[in-house]
Amino acid sequence: MTSNRIGYYLKEGMVSVFNHGFMSFASVCIIVACLIIMGSFSLLGLNVDTIIYRMESENEILAYVDESLSDADARALESRIEQVPNVASAQFVSREEAMDSFVKQYENTSLFDGVDATVFRHRYIIKLDDISLMAKTQTDLLSVRGIAKINAHLEISEGFVRIRNIVTTVSVSLVVILLVISLFIMSNTIKLTTFERREEIAIMKMVGATSGFIRWPFVVEGIVLAAFGSLSAYILQYGIYRLVTERLIGNTGFSFITFIPFSQIAVPMLIVFVAVGFVVGVIGSLIAIRNYLKV
Amino acid sequence: MVRFTDVFKTYENGTKALKGVSFEIQDGEFVFLVGPSGSGKTTIIKLITGEIAPMDGEVNVNGYDMGSIKFSKMPYMRRTLGVVFQDFRLMEGKTVYENVAFAMRVVGASNKEIRRRVPYVLELVGLDKRMMRRPDELSGGEQQRVAIARALVNNPRVVIADEPTGNLDPARSLEIMMLLEKINELGTTVLVVTHEKELVNNFNKRVIAIDAGRVVSDRMDRYYSYDE
Repeated sequence: MTSNRIGYYLKEGMVSVFNHGFMSFASVCIIVACLIIMGSFSLLGLNVDTIIYRMESENEILAYVDESLSDADARALESRIEQVPNVASAQFVSREEAMDSFVKQYENTSLFDGVDATVFRHRYIIKLDDISLMAKTQTDLLSVRGIAKINAHLEISEGFVRIRNIVTTVSVSLVVILLVISLFIMSNTIKLTTFERREEIAIMKMVGATSGFIRWPFVVEGIVLAAFGSLSAYILQYGIYRLVTERLIGNTGFSFITFIPFSQIAVPMLIVFVAVGFVVGVIGSLIAIRNYLKV
Repeated sequence: MVRFTDVFKTYENGTKALKGVSFEIQDGEFVFLVGPSGSGKTTIIKLITGEIAPMDGEVNVNGYDMGSIKFSKMPYMRRTLGVVFQDFRLMEGKTVYENVAFAMRVVGASNKEIRRRVPYVLELVGLDKRMMRRPDELSGGEQQRVAIARALVNNPRVVIADEPTGNLDPARSLEIMMLLEKINELGTTVLVVTHEKELVNNFNKRVIAIDAGRVVSDRMDRYYSYDE
């Protein structure tokens, strides 16, 4: 492709954006609306996922050590437990520490008066990488010699996993549906521009223009519109996210929720917005012009 | 060179547009294709420009077999043709110069070539003084000259003019025909599709007459025979 021709595509694409001002404005608005809806659902999903992940990580397994093991042998189990797949960390808690913890928990009662620490067992507090594999990890831990019993809240882990799956499925489905809708609307908007220019396209075909030559200015137009749309949507999304998170954090009813700071997701989100805008713009243009290139 | 060999064409609605048409136009010829409305003239033009494909028989345009030409080769075949339409088909938003330059840009000509060639062609059609005008500022005859300049600018082997004088008064029509004759004298093959008997009879050229999808006459004089 010569620089002469690239210059022509860029010029024609840019000129077309401004020559069809209303349609361009409509296209940008559509991209902005779709990206903000998609972005909002993605951010909601991301935050819910993070909150659930945090809650999951607080959901621990207790592995009780066989009473017949000496203190040293009980402590030595740590490395073997950490080798079990899906175990993120294993923290040894001696029987004395366990008793202290219970005593503190029930310090206003005489429940532990005269009780010796030997009634408790050494234990490990185990955190998992993936809570959905808790049942299997429980079985694996039981096969470690020296582990007598496992205390795991499978029903809680299953609940978390279910919620996370629902949120992920709903978010991904909505994003995909909105992406398809955006493509449809974008291609129809550009199709209207193309319809206005069908005579010009017919003349181009008649004088021997290749399909690529005809297509490229429309693709440039789509990219320019997508760039405007993506950046506008990004700025608006930033404003909306800040506003919503500040309001929710300020509201005492939601004070237990922590949101991902925008600065943490700013760059990936900009990349996603530009990429989605680019895909919608380019594919929308290609779909729009396809029918006019068949002659 | 344009060659039709026993060409048949039936449209999807069942209309039999061509029923075994054969003729050959050699390089450098000037030919009128005449016939009443619905005789098959437009179908012949569409077959030559590749808008439709023949059902049977062979259409060969400047070495391209139009029955088997690949879609990707079509633009290159069309670059060997220059097409002039009755309704001019100019781009209203562009100047005369830009309309003609556009045809060169499409085929990848450099800016230098465009700057050299476009004024030359516009001078050839007598519009060198009106280069910066827009089509709506020109008369019908002048607009048709722009269309001819656009058809000529890429130096095609064949110029096809489809009812080029249909929207013009007799004096302007004659001017356009004389311009096409001049272009032919410079070496380009010219095929003029028309139903204007008087105009055809003013020129001593080959006339192919078509009626009801068949060639009914093919003569080397100013003989307009299809309705006689």
